[in-house]
Amino acid sequence: MIKLSPRTNPSPWLSVLSPVIAIIATLVMGALIFTLLGYNAGESLYQFFISPLSRLDRISDLVVKACPLIIIALGLVFCYRANIWNIGAEGQFILGALAAGAFALQFPDTTSPLLLPMMVLVAMIAGAAWAAIAALCKTLFNANEILVTLMLSYVAALLIDVMVRGPLRDPMAFGFPLTPMYPDAGLITRMPIPGVGYLGQLHYGVLIAFILAPIAWWLMHRTLPGFQVRVIGSAPRAGRFAGFSSVRTTIGVLLFSGAMAGLAGMIEVSANIGQLQPNVSFGYGFTAIIVAFLARLNPLGVIAAGLLIAMAELGGDNAQIALGIPKVVTGLFKGILLFFLLAGATLQHYKIEWASRKARS
Amino acid sequence: MAQKKQPKIPLLEARGITKSFGDFTANDAVNFTLEQGTIHALLGENGAGKSTFVKMLYGVLSPDQGQFIWDGKAASIASPKAARAMGIAMVFQHFSLFPALSVAENIALALDDAPSLKDLSVRIREASERWGLAIDPDRPVGDLSVGEQQRVEILRCLLQDPKLLIMDEPTSVLTPQESERLFDVLRRLAKEGCAVLYISHKLDEIMALTSKATILRGGKNVGDVTPAKSSTRAMAELMVGEKVDWIERQTNGANTKAPVVFSVSQLSRPADTAFATALKSISFDVHEGEILGIAGISGNGQDELTEALTGEWLCPDANQISFQSQPIGRFTPHARRRLAIEMVPEERNGHAAVTDMTLVENTFLTHFERVTEDGFINKMQGHPALCEEITASIIKNHDVRTPHHNPMARQLSGGNLQKFIMGRSLITAPRLMIVAQPTWGVDVGAATMIRRNLLALADQGCGIILISQDLEEIFSLSTRIAVLNAGHLSPPQSAIDLTAEDVGLLMGGARASQTHAPSAFEGEQA
Repeated sequence: MIKLSPRTNPSPWLSVLSPVIAIIATLVMGALIFTLLGYNAGESLYQFFISPLSRLDRISDLVVKACPLIIIALGLVFCYRANIWNIGAEGQFILGALAAGAFALQFPDTTSPLLLPMMVLVAMIAGAAWAAIAALCKTLFNANEILVTLMLSYVAALLIDVMVRGPLRDPMAFGFPLTPMYPDAGLITRMPIPGVGYLGQLHYGVLIAFILAPIAWWLMHRTLPGFQVRVIGSAPRAGRFAGFSSVRTTIGVLLFSGAMAGLAGMIEVSANIGQLQPNVSFGYGFTAIIVAFLARLNPLGVIAAGLLIAMAELGGDNAQIALGIPKVVTGLFKGILLFFLLAGATLQHYKIEWASRKARS
Repeated sequence: MAQKKQPKIPLLEARGITKSFGDFTANDAVNFTLEQGTIHALLGENGAGKSTFVKMLYGVLSPDQGQFIWDGKAASIASPKAARAMGIAMVFQHFSLFPALSVAENIALALDDAPSLKDLSVRIREASERWGLAIDPDRPVGDLSVGEQQRVEILRCLLQDPKLLIMDEPTSVLTPQESERLFDVLRRLAKEGCAVLYISHKLDEIMALTSKATILRGGKNVGDVTPAKSSTRAMAELMVGEKVDWIERQTNGANTKAPVVFSVSQLSRPADTAFATALKSISFDVHEGEILGIAGISGNGQDELTEALTGEWLCPDANQISFQSQPIGRFTPHARRRLAIEMVPEERNGHAAVTDMTLVENTFLTHFERVTEDGFINKMQGHPALCEEITASIIKNHDVRTPHHNPMARQLSGGNLQKFIMGRSLITAPRLMIVAQPTWGVDVGAATMIRRNLLALADQGCGIILISQDLEEIFSLSTRIAVLNAGHLSPPQSAIDLTAEDVGLLMGGARASQTHAPSAFEGEQA
């Protein structure tokens, strides 16, 4: 039987080495799989790891792709640190996008610079409100937040579908399920890089992601609420002993992560789509769960983890386009990458023992 | 049940069973004989070695030295499965059943060679009728009361046709009526030839039920007695020993003239879970400068009482607890700390301290109000780094040995962590201190220092509530002593007037005046 037993003093070298080893192992494993499937291994790995970084505009695509993942994951980090399992960021993301869109569409002719901040506010409130349902169910009825948040994601997906096909539909859209375009004041514009100019879809929204990460770190490590979250997640009984309320923490982290997901939803639509459609998310809310864990629940690590996952996503797309590798194989490859990264993180703190079963009778 | 054998051969004999964990000898050359078809009690305080002994008998642990003789033959019991194959069955104190599964499904999971569910249901029905353990095999376990769940566990054992049934503190989860019914079943089992090893510290039950009792103390067998020919007093004496006679006892009599600093009145608390203990109308006063010792065997309401005193559980009525005449029953722990009440709960890891956090963060855990400035925003911006200096002085003043200046709490040994936790409270100059098991699992040096600190604190006029299972500790520190048993607290009495046997009897659920216990349920009275 395999047994994991904690290492008494984990070596600092391991924390540096483990991601490196994980990536090497992924490369080896990936090469093996691609070769066995009849693809050129070198070419495939190039598409995954190098091509997303090969040109400046591709790097900017990477950052754009990582932006919603980072913002959502920053919220999730607080939930998971508090041992609250919000799996429904997808729904909170959709609600944020929907509410901000519905709000913007009330003012089709406005040019007010206040529209965008108002949309941010509305999106955050909507995302938080969606998460609040799960918070209330948990604190009042002890309902499992994993189930409630997950199921509410499907409700959210259906809700935006109904709204886009019904009340918010653009009468001029030839029957397509689309809303009118947002007024210009409600769009997030592209961001020029000094000396380079516009790069791909790079927009001002990504700044928010990069500003929020250190703020989230500060919140977690330099404020009392952050301390409460860490204590209650790590030792709930010690939290009660200190006098912290686990109910208030539960509600707080769910509202916070809902607001962050809602914000991400608003930014995604305002920057990249410009109108509401039945699908606005492409699974960002779920992918962000992986980002949060890959970052070891550290808000600063979320940036690196978000970029890495975005790279795997884009690399997968590239491999599909350039080499015709099927989506399931690129998915498999992403799975292998995560497997090795998380296994490396685990083995950093635990060692494997082969415990022989005592089955003499 | 068991096949008839010549009664001469004992069913089980233990010869020189020894088991150590590190330096600690949990069982020290225990000899023990169990006759067929008898109900035999295993009696002792917490930490006397009962659990260790039984775990070895059931194959969970293996002895370092010594030998079990089963049915006249040497036996090594390698695993619980092997124990079951030999005919040893056990009902654990905290049984683990799946609430969503039916009775039959739960039993099927636990059997080594389960028949089909249908056959099993028939067999469960037969057994439950035969033994008077009414249970419907198709009901989900989640719908059953704890008493009924215990029946499921007993039926599971009986389906294996055991020759020996081990019951670990079975009545701790039962009402008196249920206990009575359980005793009937156990007596019938014994009559049919199945031996019962009955682990308990309740003297009255042992008097009423068992024909022999083995008493463990400090890992040693200190006596095999026949309860019918003995008395609860004699057994209590064996259980707690004369050990309290030679230690230095607190010589200051109770100074009940000093003002009352803290008082609890009519505090009751229902049991949250099946395994919790309800508190029953507890009242006591603590005077300035006195140490009130609350003795008792763990699981008699210590955790529940501690939580009520610290504010982790809030009283329904604020007046049930008062501090310097101010009702504080609804104050949270940090609101109580603000009044200079400090508490040190029993469990260091994950309760008094967060093991995966640094000492500075652990100082902040109880000092966050003290180190931040007033105002909501200032409070919110408080962070552990503000406690660096306080932590350094705790480490220095209390001789906390640390690998470096700010280690994780889990990197400290038990004694050093406890010194840190005590220091964290002492540095605030408390007016009332609540400590539970302050020297549990702590090395001798640290224990001495902690006890000296508590005595010094009392000298400064602080009232101290000492909740401990360690009678030596209780007697060496307390000015007055009360005993917690099954959620009742005996009236505090001056420590000088009490003997160890008096306290032992109260701990065993008997009344100090009693010598013979006709009823099994004296201690359970509501």
